[in-house]
Amino acid sequence: MKNASKARGSLVQRLTLAPYSLWALLFILVPLIFVAYYAFTDSDFNFTFDNISRFFTATSSINDGGMEKEVHTYLLIFARSLKLAVISTFICLLMGYPAAYIISRASPRTQKIMITLIMIPMWMNFLIRTYAWMTILQDTGILNSLLGLIGLGPVHIIGTEAAVVIGMVYDYFPYMILPIYSVMAKMDAKLIEAARDLGCNSAGVLRRVVWPLSLPGVISGITMVLIPSISTFYISQKLGNGKFYLIGDAIEGQYVANNLHFAAAIAFILMVILLFGMALMQRYAGKKAVAA
Amino acid sequence: MKKIIELKNISKSFDGELVLDKINLDIYDNEFLTLLGPSGCGKTTTLRLIGGFESADEGDIIFMGENINDLPPYKRNVNTVFQRYALFPHLNVYENVAFPLREKRVGKSEIDSRVREMLSLVALTGFEQRSVTSLSGGQQQRVAIARALVSSPKVLLLDEPLAALDLKLRKDMQQELKKIQKATGITFVFVTHDQEEALSMSDTVVVMSEGRIQQIGTPIDIYNEPENAFVADFIGESNIVDGIMLEDRRVAFSGHVFDCVDAGFKKKEPVDVVVRPEDVDIVSEEKGMLKGVVTSVTFLGVHYEIIVDINGFKWMIQTTDFVDVDEHIGLYIEPDAIHIMKKSQYSGMFGDYSSFSNELDELSDAESESDE
Repeated sequence: MKNASKARGSLVQRLTLAPYSLWALLFILVPLIFVAYYAFTDSDFNFTFDNISRFFTATSSINDGGMEKEVHTYLLIFARSLKLAVISTFICLLMGYPAAYIISRASPRTQKIMITLIMIPMWMNFLIRTYAWMTILQDTGILNSLLGLIGLGPVHIIGTEAAVVIGMVYDYFPYMILPIYSVMAKMDAKLIEAARDLGCNSAGVLRRVVWPLSLPGVISGITMVLIPSISTFYISQKLGNGKFYLIGDAIEGQYVANNLHFAAAIAFILMVILLFGMALMQRYAGKKAVAA
Repeated sequence: MKKIIELKNISKSFDGELVLDKINLDIYDNEFLTLLGPSGCGKTTTLRLIGGFESADEGDIIFMGENINDLPPYKRNVNTVFQRYALFPHLNVYENVAFPLREKRVGKSEIDSRVREMLSLVALTGFEQRSVTSLSGGQQQRVAIARALVSSPKVLLLDEPLAALDLKLRKDMQQELKKIQKATGITFVFVTHDQEEALSMSDTVVVMSEGRIQQIGTPIDIYNEPENAFVADFIGESNIVDGIMLEDRRVAFSGHVFDCVDAGFKKKEPVDVVVRPEDVDIVSEEKGMLKGVVTSVTFLGVHYEIIVDINGFKWMIQTTDFVDVDEHIGLYIEPDAIHIMKKSQYSGMFGDYSSFSNELDELSDAESESDE
């Protein structure tokens, strides 16, 4: 009886999962295979490493303060993307961690309100939010009018790296705060009492109990902010005035120029690098989990 | 003996509900003191006040002569064993026990020797590198005790530490806790709703109900000389009947005048009379001081538990003699088996076995355990 119902359970399970499996196959696995296929073929679909090596070897000359310089085009773009993404992620973590901690210790009602407030911007379209930031950050925009009222500024922000970072932080902040909050909300309040009982002041409680126990949330928050911000292109175009060509812009540019094979190669390399980075982080988190 | 903690006129409310009502309690050095009472009586709140996790609305907490009302938990020389242990899941057994020492920046070799000493005290040598989540409930309990004792606190607070363990393990741990308390000489303040646990482990029992202390005494005092009907009923089984104190050492109840050993009441003062079920002798109807009909007999192994109807009031009697249902019997009560109590707010609420059944008793036990 038990076995029979178990077998039926797994059949039901498989049937319930079928649409999702099909979805994953059609819209995740198949496109990935296409990306890889395009990345390793030329326009006549012959196998080649050219696209991949072009990413690492292509050079161009830029004008750096009046000096002509030869640089590796795509490595430079990648480095710039990584830099902006890391800065944004770091700012998100710096703001999100304390916020998540404070929310998780609030009354259930306050928690609900705060989390809803954080999520509301996510209900608005990403493009509209970015446009909104354009009008806020413009030289004659809302921010500069406000700064003007208190006798500061005008500050030139739009078209700078700072503007791009502001846009990324704003767009991806909820993805940092939510996973951290959900880990912290589940944390046993008695553990904090125990730490206080055993001699920890507030800083000690945070350092020795809350932080190590919240690491899984921190790691998934970092992953969820770093990956979209490293591959974004729209934010840099709109808020950076197109001056900061990011890896996402490169992919889009090649794609628009009908250079599908090279676009696929860049996407493929980016994906491999991200997967590698994620695997490293998971291993780090896994080690912590084992220690726990 | 030296007073180590004094609670003076402590009151505490949560959301307008009075949980502690002017509690006064002295805790002495080196004693095993138990706060005993049903859930909601304020025993856990009292413990949390001593630990520093709550602050009193009124009154003072004195620790070794000093007022510690505003001292945060980490500055109090008091440690707690939490009900669900609250071990740190990200640390192994060794690091859990070493936790308070690392906070105090104790030297490495001293940490090592003290952790190992504690682990051997709780019989967990060899478990140092184990993850705490892989341990059984009893083992986790021992880690929690070792962790709370490693920094040699003056007082150890234990919040129903045995409630989550099964019966046999609970009995073993009771013995062991008592042993550890004797070995370390640390004052234990133990919270429980289990009267047997309280009687068997404690030097001093504090019986609480509705935010007030009902009685403080040794286990024997509490059992033999309960202060009021609540204590008499909560600790063991009791027949509690209305009586009238005729004069010193003479009391009338259930239509008979008895000799007793109590004195100091007013003449004709209404009182509560307690007679423990094991202190009643069954005799033939003619020889009995009281006469009644047996309404139920339950065999419990060591003895029978019988319910006797005496003029409509049901008495519980424990006896090794067999009597049958519907049998007419007489009861004989020795003077020193009768305990007289002043009337209290609890008079008339307890001590009648007319609605008694073992099953119901177990049900209510299970309830009070599950709501902890």
